[in-house]
Amino acid sequence: MPHAAAKAATPNVPKVPAISGWALGTLGIALVLVAPTLWVLGIAAGPSGDIWSHLVETVLSRLIWTTLALMSGVGLGTFVIGVGTAWIVTMCRFPGQKIFEWALLIPMAVPAYVIAYVYTDLLEYSGPLQAMIRDLGGFETRRDYWFFEIRSLGGAIAMMTLVLYPYVYLLARAAFLEQSVCVLEASRTLGRGPWASFFKVALPLARPAIAVGVSLVMMETLNDFGTVDFFAVATFTTGIFDVWLNMNSPSGAAQLATVMLTFVIVLIGLERYGRRQQKFHHTSSHIRAIIGYKLRPVRAWAAFTACALPVTLGFLVPALVLGSYALDFYADTLNANFWVFTLNSLTLSATAAFIAIVLGVFLAYSLRLGRAPWLNAVARMAALGYAVPGAVLAIGILMFLGFIDNFVDGAMKNAFGVSTGLIFSGTVAAVTFGYVVRFLSLSFGAAESGLAKVTASMDGAARTLGAGPLETLRRVHLPMLKGSIMTAALLVFVDCMKELPMTVILRPFDFGTLATFVHQYASDEMLPEAALAALTIVAAGIVPVILLSYTIAKSRVSNLGGQTGLDAEDGQ
Amino acid sequence: MTGLVMERIRHAYGNAKVLKDVSIVAEPGKLTCLLGPSGCGKTTLLRLAAGLETVQDGRIFLKGKLVADGKSNFSMPPEKRGIGLMFQDYALFPHLNVFDNIAFGVRNMTAERRTWIEDALKRLGIAKHRNSFPHVLSGGQQQRVALLRALAPQPEILLLDEPFSGLDVTRRAQIREDTLTFLKECGVAVLMVTHDPEEAMFMADHIVVMKSGQVVQAGTPVQIYFHPVSAFVAELFGAMNHFDGVVEKGQLETPFGPFPIPSIPDGEKAQVLVRMEGIHVSLGSQHDLPTDCCTAIGHVVDTYLLGRSSHLHIRVPKSIHGCDANDSESIILHVRVPGVMKPEPGAKVTVWADPKQVFAFAVD
Repeated sequence: MPHAAAKAATPNVPKVPAISGWALGTLGIALVLVAPTLWVLGIAAGPSGDIWSHLVETVLSRLIWTTLALMSGVGLGTFVIGVGTAWIVTMCRFPGQKIFEWALLIPMAVPAYVIAYVYTDLLEYSGPLQAMIRDLGGFETRRDYWFFEIRSLGGAIAMMTLVLYPYVYLLARAAFLEQSVCVLEASRTLGRGPWASFFKVALPLARPAIAVGVSLVMMETLNDFGTVDFFAVATFTTGIFDVWLNMNSPSGAAQLATVMLTFVIVLIGLERYGRRQQKFHHTSSHIRAIIGYKLRPVRAWAAFTACALPVTLGFLVPALVLGSYALDFYADTLNANFWVFTLNSLTLSATAAFIAIVLGVFLAYSLRLGRAPWLNAVARMAALGYAVPGAVLAIGILMFLGFIDNFVDGAMKNAFGVSTGLIFSGTVAAVTFGYVVRFLSLSFGAAESGLAKVTASMDGAARTLGAGPLETLRRVHLPMLKGSIMTAALLVFVDCMKELPMTVILRPFDFGTLATFVHQYASDEMLPEAALAALTIVAAGIVPVILLSYTIAKSRVSNLGGQTGLDAEDGQ
Repeated sequence: MTGLVMERIRHAYGNAKVLKDVSIVAEPGKLTCLLGPSGCGKTTLLRLAAGLETVQDGRIFLKGKLVADGKSNFSMPPEKRGIGLMFQDYALFPHLNVFDNIAFGVRNMTAERRTWIEDALKRLGIAKHRNSFPHVLSGGQQQRVALLRALAPQPEILLLDEPFSGLDVTRRAQIREDTLTFLKECGVAVLMVTHDPEEAMFMADHIVVMKSGQVVQAGTPVQIYFHPVSAFVAELFGAMNHFDGVVEKGQLETPFGPFPIPSIPDGEKAQVLVRMEGIHVSLGSQHDLPTDCCTAIGHVVDTYLLGRSSHLHIRVPKSIHGCDANDSESIILHVRVPGVMKPEPGAKVTVWADPKQVFAFAVD
C-alpha cells in the first residue's frame, strides 16, 4: 500500500481564532508602518497649486530621464561585475581565488556617499591626481588638459556600481553554486565549451537570482541621497528635496514621490518574479563539489585582475584614503563632537534594531498562529518599507506625524485648553520610526525563516508535553530563533548606522549622527576632518559582510557533508 | 476506568469531511491500532485526542473525564490532558540534547524520574548518546528518543503516529519488536496509527480499520484477518483472487466448486475472495489431497521465486463443471506457497482452497 505524504497536508500548528490579539496587533502594526507611504499618496492626490504643472513643464522629464539613466547604468554595471566575478570565483581555480570568494563582498561595507566623497577628493581639480598631472605635464589651468568630471551622472553610476555590485555577486554566486554540476557537465558532454556552457546553461539558470540581485541594487540606487546630492545629479531624490525645501511645496514633493513609487512597484515586481522563478529552477538535486577549471598563468592573471579591481576600487582605495586622513586629522574629528555623534548613532541604531526585532518576531509569530488569509497580505505590506526610498518615507513620516501632532494638540486644546505643540515631529522618535519602517523586512524575514525551522509537530510535541503557548514560545521557539534574531538585529543596526536621507530630513535641529556628520563635512569640502567618522561607518559595515561570508562558507560545508534538516548552529 | 473514549466524532477541513461519525475506545494496558490507507482520517483522530485539533462534533473522554465536547465547544488544551504523542517525524527539539529532550515534559524532576530516564536510555541502547544533539542520531535512535520523550511525563495514554514509517525496512522489524516489548513493560495504554496491516497485526491487541473517515471494522487481529466484514478489510492483507457471479440456490460458482452464501438472496451479485496463501497446490501425487473440500485441476502458467515464498500463476476452469481448461472459460489463479516450488510451465497441478481463507461478500 503506497504511503503518500498527504498526511503532512493536514493543518498543523494549533491555531488561534481568526480575530485575536495577534491578528489585531498585526493589523495595527501594519497600519502604522504603511501610514507614511499612504500619506504621501494622499497628499499627492490633494491640490498643489501650480507646482505640479510647473514641474511637468520644467524638470519632470529630466528627473525621469536622469533617474532611469542612473538606474540602468548601475544595474548594468553591477550585473557585469557581479555576475562576471561570481562566475570566475565559482568555476575557475587561480591563486587568490579562495580569498576573493569573500573579499568581493567587502565593498558592500562602504556606503555610496562615503565612496563618492573619497573619489571626489581624489579626482577633483584640486585633488592629488589632477595636481600630479598638472605637475608632470606642466599645465597651468583646467583648459590645458582633459580630465573627466567625477561629479557627474557617469561618476554617480561608477560610485554606486562599485559598492552595490556585491548584491548581484552574492546572489549570482549562490545560484551558480546551487546549480547541479551535472547540468554543466551534461552541457560539456553535449559539445559546448566552457564559454558556451556559461552563456547557454549557467547564465539562463541563474537568471532569477540575478534578477533579484539587480532589482535590489536598483532599489538602493533609487534610495540614494548622499551621492546624487553631492554630485548635483538631478534625480527624483534630489528633486523631492528641492521641491520640498526650496520651492516649499510639500504636495509637489509628494507628487514627485508618487511618481517615484511607480518605479518602486516595477522593481518589487521584478524582485518577486525572480524569487518565484527561483523555486522552479532546480532540475537535479545532485550537488557535488565543483572541480573548476584550472587556469594557466596568463588567464589566471586576467582572472586575478578582474577580481582584484572591484575590491581595490570599491574598498581598498577608500579605506586607505580615509585611514591616512584619519591618522592626520583625527584630532579635528574628535574635537567636532565625534563622541556625541557616535553615541547618537549607536543609541538610535540599537533602539531601532530592538524595535524592529520585536515587531518582526511578533508579525512572524502571528502569521504562524493565524489562520486568516488577509493576515499574510497585511504583514507582507508592513515589510515593504525596504523598497520605498528614504526620501519618500521621510516626507510621509513628516506629514503623518505632523497630522498626529496637530490632532492631539487640537484635541487637548479643546478638552483642557492646553497646547501640546509638536510631540513627535522633529524628534528622535521620528528618526527611529523611519528606520523601523525601512528595515523591518530584515528582522521580519529573519524571524520568519527562523520560525520555519520549528516544524508544526515541534509545536505539537511541546504542547502535549505540557507546555502552554507562552511556555512553548520561551522554551522552544525563542531558543531556536536566537541565532537568526541576533543576525537580523546586527543587520538592522548596521543599516541604521549608514542611513542618510531619512536622518537628514527627520532629525531634530542640532542633532547629528555619524552619517549626517560625514555628509555635512564632506559637503563643506572638509572630508579629511570627518575621515575618522566615515571610517567608523565603514568598519561597522564590515560586520555583516563577515557574517555573510561565514554563512556562505557554512552552507557550502553542509552541502558537501550531505547533512539535512536540523541545523547544528541552533543546537550548540 | 476506560482509557480513551472518542464518541461520534465528526470533523471537516473546509468542505472536506475527514471523519464521519467515528467512535473508538482505547483500553488501559492494551495497544489499539488505527489501521487504514493514507487520508482515511486516522491521524486527525489522533490529533483530536491530543487536543491539537479542536473537536467540531462529538465527545472525548480520558479516564472517564470529559476533555472535549463539540456541542459546548469545550476543548481542554493539549498541555492539560496528560497525553503523550509521538510524531511521525519525531519532532525532536534541535536545540536540546537527548536527555533534555526526554526531560522536556517532566514537570517535577525527581530522583525517581531521573533514574527512570537513565534506565530507559540504557534499556533502549542509547545511553551513550545521552548528551548528543538530535541531528547526529540515526533515524532509529531518534525514534527511540521521541518514544522516551513521550513516555517520560507518565501519560495516561500514549499516541503513536506511524511510529515506524521513517525507518529503514531492514531495521523496522527489530525496532518494532523492541518497542512493543518496552511498551508492554510500561503497561501504558497505547493508540497507534499505521497504514501497514502487518505492523497492526504484530503490535495490536485491538485493531480499528478505517476507510474514508469511517470505522469499517473493529476487533482483535484474529477477527480482522479471519472474519473480515468487507472486501476492503480482507484485501488489506494483500491482493486476493476474485470470483464474481450471481448467487443461485444460495451458492456462488467458483473454480473450487460452489461456495455457499446463505446470507445473500438468490439473483444478487456477489463475489468470493480467496487469499493467495489460502490456495493449496499439489504437484500430482494423490495422497495429500483433502477429503473435505472440492479440488480443481489446473496448469501452471508462470512461477516466480520470491525468496521465502513462491508465486504461481495457475490456469483453472472458471467453474468446476467446465471440462478441461479452454481459454475462454478459464481463469488465472494467483497463488503464494511457502518455500521453493518451481514446476515447469504447463505442468498439471491440483489446487484447492482453505475454507478459512475464503470470504464471500455482496456486490453493490
